[in-house]
Amino acid sequence: MGVEGIGARVVRKEDRRFITGQGKYVDDVKMVGMSYAHFIRSPHAHARVKGIDSAEAMKMPGVIAVLTGQQIVDDKVGNLICGWAITSKDGSPMKMGAWPAMAPETVRFVGQAVAVVIAETKNQARDAAEAVVVNYEELPAVPDIKAAIASGAPQLHPEAPGNIVYDWHLGDEAAVKDAFSKAANVVTLELTNNRLVPNAMEPRAAVAHYDQAEEHYTLYTTSQNPHVARLVLSAFYNIAPEHKLRVIAPDVGGGFGSKIYIYPEEMVALWASKKVNRPVKWTGDRSEAFLTDAHGRDHVSKAEMAFDKDNKILGLRVKTHANFGAYMSLFSSAVPTYLYATLLSGQYVIPAIYAEVIGVYTNTTPVDAYRGAGRPEASYLIERMMETAARQLKVDPAELRKKNFITQFPYQTPVIMAYDIGDFHASIDAAMKAIDYAGFPARKAKAKADGKLRGIGISCYIEACGIAPSKAVGSLGAGVGLWESAEIRVNPVGTIEVLTGSHSHGQGHETTFCQIIADRLGVPISQVSIVHGDTDKVQFGMGTYGSRSLAVGGTAIVKAMEKVEAKAKKIAAHALEASESDIVIENGEFKVTGTDKSIALPMVALAAYTAHNLPDGMEPGLKETAFYDPTNFTFPAGAYICELEVDPGTGKTSFINFVAADDFGRLINPMIVEGQVHGGLAQGIGQALLEGAVYDGTGQLVTASFMDYTMPRADDLPSFKLSHTTTLCPGNPLGVKGCGEAGAIGASAAVINAITDAIGNNKLEMPATPDRVWHAIHG
Amino acid sequence: MSTVKLTVNGRAVSVDVEDRTLLVHLLRENLNLTGTHVGCDTSQCGACVVHVDGRAVKSCTMLAGQAAGSNVTTIEGLAKGDELHPMQAAFRDNHGLQCGYCTPGMIMSAVDIVHRHGGKLDEETVRHELEGNICRCTGYHNIVKAVLDAAGRMKVAQAAE
Repeated sequence: MGVEGIGARVVRKEDRRFITGQGKYVDDVKMVGMSYAHFIRSPHAHARVKGIDSAEAMKMPGVIAVLTGQQIVDDKVGNLICGWAITSKDGSPMKMGAWPAMAPETVRFVGQAVAVVIAETKNQARDAAEAVVVNYEELPAVPDIKAAIASGAPQLHPEAPGNIVYDWHLGDEAAVKDAFSKAANVVTLELTNNRLVPNAMEPRAAVAHYDQAEEHYTLYTTSQNPHVARLVLSAFYNIAPEHKLRVIAPDVGGGFGSKIYIYPEEMVALWASKKVNRPVKWTGDRSEAFLTDAHGRDHVSKAEMAFDKDNKILGLRVKTHANFGAYMSLFSSAVPTYLYATLLSGQYVIPAIYAEVIGVYTNTTPVDAYRGAGRPEASYLIERMMETAARQLKVDPAELRKKNFITQFPYQTPVIMAYDIGDFHASIDAAMKAIDYAGFPARKAKAKADGKLRGIGISCYIEACGIAPSKAVGSLGAGVGLWESAEIRVNPVGTIEVLTGSHSHGQGHETTFCQIIADRLGVPISQVSIVHGDTDKVQFGMGTYGSRSLAVGGTAIVKAMEKVEAKAKKIAAHALEASESDIVIENGEFKVTGTDKSIALPMVALAAYTAHNLPDGMEPGLKETAFYDPTNFTFPAGAYICELEVDPGTGKTSFINFVAADDFGRLINPMIVEGQVHGGLAQGIGQALLEGAVYDGTGQLVTASFMDYTMPRADDLPSFKLSHTTTLCPGNPLGVKGCGEAGAIGASAAVINAITDAIGNNKLEMPATPDRVWHAIHG
Repeated sequence: MSTVKLTVNGRAVSVDVEDRTLLVHLLRENLNLTGTHVGCDTSQCGACVVHVDGRAVKSCTMLAGQAAGSNVTTIEGLAKGDELHPMQAAFRDNHGLQCGYCTPGMIMSAVDIVHRHGGKLDEETVRHELEGNICRCTGYHNIVKAVLDAAGRMKVAQAAE
């Protein structure tokens, strides 16, 4: 592998600029003549906009313009789109209401923008916004799923009667009915998957510039996928044609899904930059992030699982209501369907599965993919079900899982997914060993003697990453392809630039991708640089989400490298007067195998560009591109076990141990992989114990700041014990599966299973706050 | 408008700012020291932590005028030229950062923690002391490791001086 190749724990190349304060985030961008935007947002969850009076605001110092939703409509800026078409079980297309970037007539969630002030300074824009008078006629609001589907509920969109976006299903209903008719035992479970606020530490921001002379736009934005942003802004929102729009996503301070989408604020900044003919900067504050960044999760589900007399699973039936908020965000429709119901087989042989998913509008912030996106909801449901079943059937939860594990691969589930490879026994065994599962009863007894309730909880997750192939996702309704592109430029001096359509916002691509090159060529990573996040530099890309960057983006790099190496070998063979098939690449040199003849990479590169002595007919240059479309998803899987204690007097939970055994296939940089798992676990534990977006009955977000919404802090979390088991992914040449979301997918069920084990009451919802736990103990 | 005179990263500066200007905005907007970040509006997240007269302060909680006459150190002033501060090096070596946004505040807080506790830091103390700095990427595991590692390095560096 070499000291910097695949498998090496290389410290990150990008770190130096971050630890010295030289990262360049969107809010750090300054332009000559820059103006500042401040949005005027609805304080009501549902209201008609009767009028906007900006006369006083326009007289205030520094105010350049006050722009409204009606002007957006008049300028024919397109409504926000949802990019994945879902068909209801009756064959009808999903029913979507229009979502203009600023509301001209009706607001449907607290925080929805109705107008924007552009001023010379940020404070002037903010001051003037206070002087804009918006006349609202309040309408009754529906703050949650239950209220939205009640008969006679206020209606959000005329297009969606009953506030239902779709009523979708997957699987074989008759087969499931048949399975349940043969069941020796049926286990039922009702649960809520709590709504979360992503809260990347960098708030969203945009700097937009319109160059009148060139009729060209530039947008700096906090995006996980700048090319997709450019495509959507041009093709659907009609703000700027694609060839006249450059989108740059520089250093981006975390995403977790929330920066996939092209939000109203970025659209408005770009549109306004031409309107006022000035660069426009908008930087969201944290309150705006809480109100307008797409939220995550928010499912209410009922599930039933049928077992035979030997405790083998016969079937699973699930009915889920998913809250979409007030509008359908970019990928929202796919999250509770193709990213959720397709994972309901978990790690188990379940001969028959039937899932129904009803998507619901409410007067709340739109909901979309957040770290894991559908897969945490599926994993939480299955893993709480297995634990519940074990307790009801009076068997050890680890044994019940093992008895039902899939062991033969490839394995076709009844819900679309075909798992390519895995070893679920290996991961649970590793986790059980790491936590000394066998010794738990003695530890529990000792804790009891000390007045503490000790519990242990298992979660065996599987997820699907690198959504693909494009043809398959297209047939399921996706509006885009999910391939990735790469370009390798070997410069005349032999240094290498890798241009990737993936985007790093914490994942460490600038290091990991270099390691792939170093491994193949034997060059130091200092000779390689990664270029990403700029549509003027990178040919195209689908961006980073769904743990796809290495499995899809990394493979595109490999494919481009194969082309580069093939051409370089031809040049080397020609120069060394050897047969191309005898050339091997070692330590940055092209060698004739079995001889001492060699030529270094820089000399090959120079030869390619001087073109003085190339094989006949060869084009000069050493630069290749690849577009890679995978043949299947990848399937990371693993086992997490949590051991904790509950204080029965306070309901407070304290971690004793948390172990993770993941199978991500081949690890390129184990240090970075571990970091990804740590962060994912923190978000999964946060969901289980601390986090939850709460709306009151009128649709006000009660948890709209870090004072009210409990982010995991250092003293809320344990140190984690990680290990890895490995089955190489057969679907890509790197053998990699993806590691970015696993922790967030698997952790929450382990925590809740441990608490319910400790307290002996299975009725417990997330977040399991001390108050909720205390009531679960004491009734 | 007022004129605020202070020392930032060893350099005397004089800045004309609105009276309501926060220290963080003086640093970011007037002095272009954009390493200090704003991550919230309730003084919870700690992305804006700098040192004022040697103490860690959330610069979003202090008016620029309150810092008049003070000696302010930001993340840009922590390294000695090309030589990283031991805390910076420990964050890199322990993979204590991912997106990098909370990192400057985290490092400035961590330096202060080590100064206040000397060599007597353990994991529990570090976790408790980091309560005012939020990170969404790392799960804190490697940040805690980095702070403990740096505490050792800073002790060695101090002994050598």
